[in-house]
Amino acid sequence: MNINATLLAQTIMFALFVWFCMKFVWTPIMAALEARKKLIADGLADADRAKHDLELAAKRSAEVLREAKEKVAEIVANGEKRASEIVEEAKAQARVEGDRIIAGAKAEIDQEVFRAKEQLRTQVSAIALAGAGKILGREIDAKAHNDLLDKLVAEI
Amino acid sequence: MSSEAHTSAEYIKHHLQNLTYGQLPDGTWGVAHSAEQAKAMGFWALNLDTFIMSLLLGAVIMFVFYRAAQSASAGTPNGLQNFCEWALEFIDNSVRGSFSGKNTMIGPLALTIFFWVFSMNLMDLIPIDYIPLLMTSLGVPFFKVVPSTDPNATFGMAIGVFMLVLYYSVKMKGLGGFVGELTLQPFGKFGMPVNLLLEGVNLIAKPISLALRLFGNMYAGEMIFILIALMGGAWAGFSMGGVTLYGSQILLSLGWAIFHILIVTLQAFIFMTLTVVYLDMAHQEHH
Repeated sequence: MNINATLLAQTIMFALFVWFCMKFVWTPIMAALEARKKLIADGLADADRAKHDLELAAKRSAEVLREAKEKVAEIVANGEKRASEIVEEAKAQARVEGDRIIAGAKAEIDQEVFRAKEQLRTQVSAIALAGAGKILGREIDAKAHNDLLDKLVAEI
Repeated sequence: MSSEAHTSAEYIKHHLQNLTYGQLPDGTWGVAHSAEQAKAMGFWALNLDTFIMSLLLGAVIMFVFYRAAQSASAGTPNGLQNFCEWALEFIDNSVRGSFSGKNTMIGPLALTIFFWVFSMNLMDLIPIDYIPLLMTSLGVPFFKVVPSTDPNATFGMAIGVFMLVLYYSVKMKGLGGFVGELTLQPFGKFGMPVNLLLEGVNLIAKPISLALRLFGNMYAGEMIFILIALMGGAWAGFSMGGVTLYGSQILLSLGWAIFHILIVTLQAFIFMTLTVVYLDMAHQEHH
């Protein structure tokens, strides 16, 4: 174990190894490490963002669903209201129509009765004339007795 | 294990001797075949085993990390990339914990130190006789497989760190600031020589403690492996004592190896952390 020129050789080797390590080993591996760190950090940040987005979407979908339900309920209520309105309207209309028909029928009946009475009256006056003629045994001057007859008809 | 030709002392010496290349006493250049020859080579000699092992381990680690870095992507990482990323984040975190300045070199520096020292220390866990036995059979007289048990390796790195400390001290505080830091405290400008002595020791202590801590720990660990291995060397037939020794060698080396995994990692981590702390001090204004 003498000190000799191995000392110098070792120092030179040391310097060369350090230089090599610095140039070709440390830099690329550290760069890769940094790049991976960034990649992972980005990935995690993305995952966080996605989670947040998902939460927002869930909240939003619940909102939309609730709104839709409200709207449906409103529409159904409106529909029911409208249906009952229509029924009521129809009922009222039917009542009016019925009344109208009944009134028409009544008027017609009255008219018919009136006409029958008129007819009956003229026929009665004719019968009465014929009957009186026969009873008197002679021809009655229709003209002369028309006033009387009319009075009679009116009385009937 | 020592064979009959080796005494225990020779066995230990053999294991602690580096394969040194330098100028032999006869003037030719070659590999020293004994400790005395290696010593006689002086400074201008190279411990081939330390040199080759540390270069090889460093190259393997750089290659593995380079492979991972080439295919690094932000997508799902494969096994290798995953491991390298984990290692880098671990280093990066501990650097951030103890380094407050801004310097892109500290991270790669810490990574290199940790894995290089760790791999060199890890060689301690290879059964201590395998490599020397293999090398001896190939005609290589010595081969110390753990570079961090060679003070040249640890001091070499510590000197590298020390130069960085000096460089950043001067760069961050200016030459005047750095000299001022060395001379003007703790006793004010009238205690300049005392200050310089105190702060100088403080400064020099950094690389020395850095190098010696790693060297000492690994050397001691290696030593204990060698001593444990010697127990089995006392094997002399199926006697009661022989079997007991042999069994305790197995148990002890297992136990020590498991404990050594901790030391190996801890020493690499300490070397790295201290480097970062020293450089952090170099970046900071003294208060």
